[in-house]
Amino acid sequence: MKRFLGFIKKEFYHIFRDKRSLFILFGMPVVQILLFGFAITNEINNVDIAILDHSKDVATKEIINKISASKYFSVQLVVNEAAIEKAFQKGKIKAVINFEKNFNEKLVRENKAIVQVITDATEPNTANTIVGYTNAILQNYLHEINKDKIAPYLISTESHMIYNQELKSVFMFVPGVMTIILMLVSAIMTSISITREKELGTMEILLVSPLKPFQVIVGKVVPYILLSMINATVIILLSIFIFGVPVRGSLFLLGFESMLFILSALALGILISTISDSQQTAMMISMMGLMLPTILLSGFIFPITSMPLPLQVISNIIPAKWFVIILKGIMLKGVGIGFLWKETIILCGMTLFFVGLSIKKYKIRLE
Amino acid sequence: MGKQNVIEVENLTKSFGDFTAVDSISFEVKQGEIFGFLGANGAGKTTAMKMLIGISKPTSGNASVAGFDVYHHTEDIKKNIGYMSQKFALYDDLTVKENITFFGGIYGLSRPIIKEKTIELIEELNLGDVANQLVGSLPLGWKQKISFSVALLHNPKVIFLDEPTGGVDPITRRQFWEMIYKTANEGTTVFVTTHYMDESEYCDRVSIMVDGKIEALDTPKNLKSQFNVSNMNDVFLKLARG
Amino acid sequence: MGIQVQHISKSFKNVQALSDISFDVKNGELFGLIGPDGAGKTTLFRILTTLLIANEGSATVAAFDVINNYKDIRKNVGYMPSKFSLYQDLTVEENLSFFATIFGTTVEENYELIKDIYIQIEPFKGRRAKDLSGGMKQKLALCCALIHKPKVLFLDEPTTGVDPVSRKEFWEMLKRLQQKGITMLVSTPYMDEAALCDRIALIQDGKILQIDTPQEIVKHYPKTIFNVQADNMYQLIIYLKEFEYQYSVYPFGEFVHYSDHRNGFEINELKAYLETKGLKNVIIQKTAATIEDTFMELAK
Repeated sequence: MKRFLGFIKKEFYHIFRDKRSLFILFGMPVVQILLFGFAITNEINNVDIAILDHSKDVATKEIINKISASKYFSVQLVVNEAAIEKAFQKGKIKAVINFEKNFNEKLVRENKAIVQVITDATEPNTANTIVGYTNAILQNYLHEINKDKIAPYLISTESHMIYNQELKSVFMFVPGVMTIILMLVSAIMTSISITREKELGTMEILLVSPLKPFQVIVGKVVPYILLSMINATVIILLSIFIFGVPVRGSLFLLGFESMLFILSALALGILISTISDSQQTAMMISMMGLMLPTILLSGFIFPITSMPLPLQVISNIIPAKWFVIILKGIMLKGVGIGFLWKETIILCGMTLFFVGLSIKKYKIRLE
Repeated sequence: MGKQNVIEVENLTKSFGDFTAVDSISFEVKQGEIFGFLGANGAGKTTAMKMLIGISKPTSGNASVAGFDVYHHTEDIKKNIGYMSQKFALYDDLTVKENITFFGGIYGLSRPIIKEKTIELIEELNLGDVANQLVGSLPLGWKQKISFSVALLHNPKVIFLDEPTGGVDPITRRQFWEMIYKTANEGTTVFVTTHYMDESEYCDRVSIMVDGKIEALDTPKNLKSQFNVSNMNDVFLKLARG
Repeated sequence: MGIQVQHISKSFKNVQALSDISFDVKNGELFGLIGPDGAGKTTLFRILTTLLIANEGSATVAAFDVINNYKDIRKNVGYMPSKFSLYQDLTVEENLSFFATIFGTTVEENYELIKDIYIQIEPFKGRRAKDLSGGMKQKLALCCALIHKPKVLFLDEPTTGVDPVSRKEFWEMLKRLQQKGITMLVSTPYMDEAALCDRIALIQDGKILQIDTPQEIVKHYPKTIFNVQADNMYQLIIYLKEFEYQYSVYPFGEFVHYSDHRNGFEINELKAYLETKGLKNVIIQKTAATIEDTFMELAK
């Protein structure tokens, strides 16, 4: 018994004297709970929507006021018909609430009017929620005006899901999962490659040679580009043929953007490699530092707009966020580079930044 | 009339599939002897030693250590031997005292005895100033001496030393061997493997393993005159080159 | 040319790894750095191969400064770190090819230089480095360090952990390489290997104890050494240490190396002393000081 206790005592010493295990035991759970708590939300807040008001009468103005006042929606523009398609493609709005002509008249005379809710269903959950909340606001309005009426008014909603009529959640998941897989595989692979040389001791001989830092770094990235592209192709093929996810845009653009994203992930991995001393550290940083934020903050499951502001800001530095937008744009919305140039440039910039930083951080000496 | 055998090995064999690492070796070690177990890396010394300390089961043959059989009484063997290896000896993130307390506990010593031994050890090795320092911060030579003493805490009959003196300076190495001499003089049998051929000269008898077999077994003096050379290194070269 | 080291010091956190190291290695010399683990050998090698920067002092390798001209040094030296870093999952051929390529040359171009060494491992050229024995890894690492015909060769503990036969062969190869005009700095903890160098520096705890040829360095031992033997080694050591005139008492295999404080000392006096203590078969003979004796004396 004494031996057993003596052994347990020793294990406690080891745990408390190792900074890394302390961090895992206490630090990580706190960080994760905060992150999960704030990021995971099925509610919507301040979703950008637009209003299309063909009547512009008393009733519609009243309803529109209620909508603007609610915390769920942020009314962006009051558009005309022609601009709807473009606004959706650009991703500026997630829904359009369309009031038909002579709305108030129809209510008064026929006791019935129709509101059409057109939603971007590339995020099916959000789309459903938007329709639901819109309904709630309409019911609230009806409740107020129906108080002293014998024959109550009725407003029915017609919902029109675009890009994903059947609300298939796989349309949402596939781009997201593809992003995560490419990010993880690319980053983890390259993150251990430099640290492995350090651990095995071969780094020393590489340094005492004419090889330049950029040759080493680029040399370690190139093999993985090819392999990751094969990965990406397989994922896309599986999505198309097994899950029926469409590719409405240009395949060529899809390939190009995928390669760009892969490059950014590889570069991120190399950066991690230059700052880690051991493969274990590198893998931990890749998994914890990349996987978690990518899943939570890339916007593929949980809408970014619903998160608290600090998290929204942080999500901007995650390459995955921009790639998810690009993927959805090309595959589901069928848009071209004209609508996605901003995201593309951001990804390019990030890649160059990571590569440049890696070259800078690459130690030309052992200290 | 002579001293009794503390280790007896008869046709001991260990095979892994169709590779025979230890090929039917036989020898005995008397009480209080310093026995050198030599051989190149891959010759089979480590495998043989693992069988003697009870952590590996032989394929065939017999062996007994401190009177206990290596097949059926490995737990008794472990209670009666000490073991020290170059690769691992003490926990770097525990202090000297904590290490002694821990290993004392593992060997089943009572608390008062552990206390007594701790004071003894610290005084003998002159560790008063560093008793509460983490072992990892001490020089290699000190670590070796401490782990040697820790392996002897429970007064075992035999102590097995696996390449104990790698890398230290010549003076520390000799101080270590003086500790071995003292221990042997007090009746503990010392079974040591080393690849420093000059150290093999400190042993009472040595055996040299080549490709799983014992090719030489005698006192250093006799081996040198047998092969007509002046040092053990040359004995080994002659044996290895054939 | 060669290597010049002037007043190099290096510390890590609160450990002084090297203190005021100065020496030089002449062109074409085989120079040995002799000392145990922790002496500072690897740190010194890393400074000279430009992997670390010293806190104080300066050094040049092949007339290039280690800090300002590190790129030139990295093109012109061969480096074999301790535990000879090879790519374990590449074969013998692949390793050699790789190193030739990154130095901008081919295996064929300098094959003459490594021929004697490579033919010993050529039968295994398709085998992965991780499946090679210690001696073969050693030879391969040497070939990889030589393949670009470096001006200076740095070998950090190339024989540690390798069997005695391979050790001997390795030094024979180094001697042959020396004839081809390569300057070599080798570090080793084995004192017997020191005798094979042109000149040696004894190093311990970051300080150089002495620099000289192997033959001359033993003359630094101030006393005469005697081999003493008796029937009980342990008792012999104890009694010798208790002897009031003892200067040094160190076990050396089957003998004890003993030296006395006094200059004119009578062997018989010591013999009588030991016999009164109860020792039998006492034999005392004069012997030559070895490099190891000298090392221990200087390290005191």
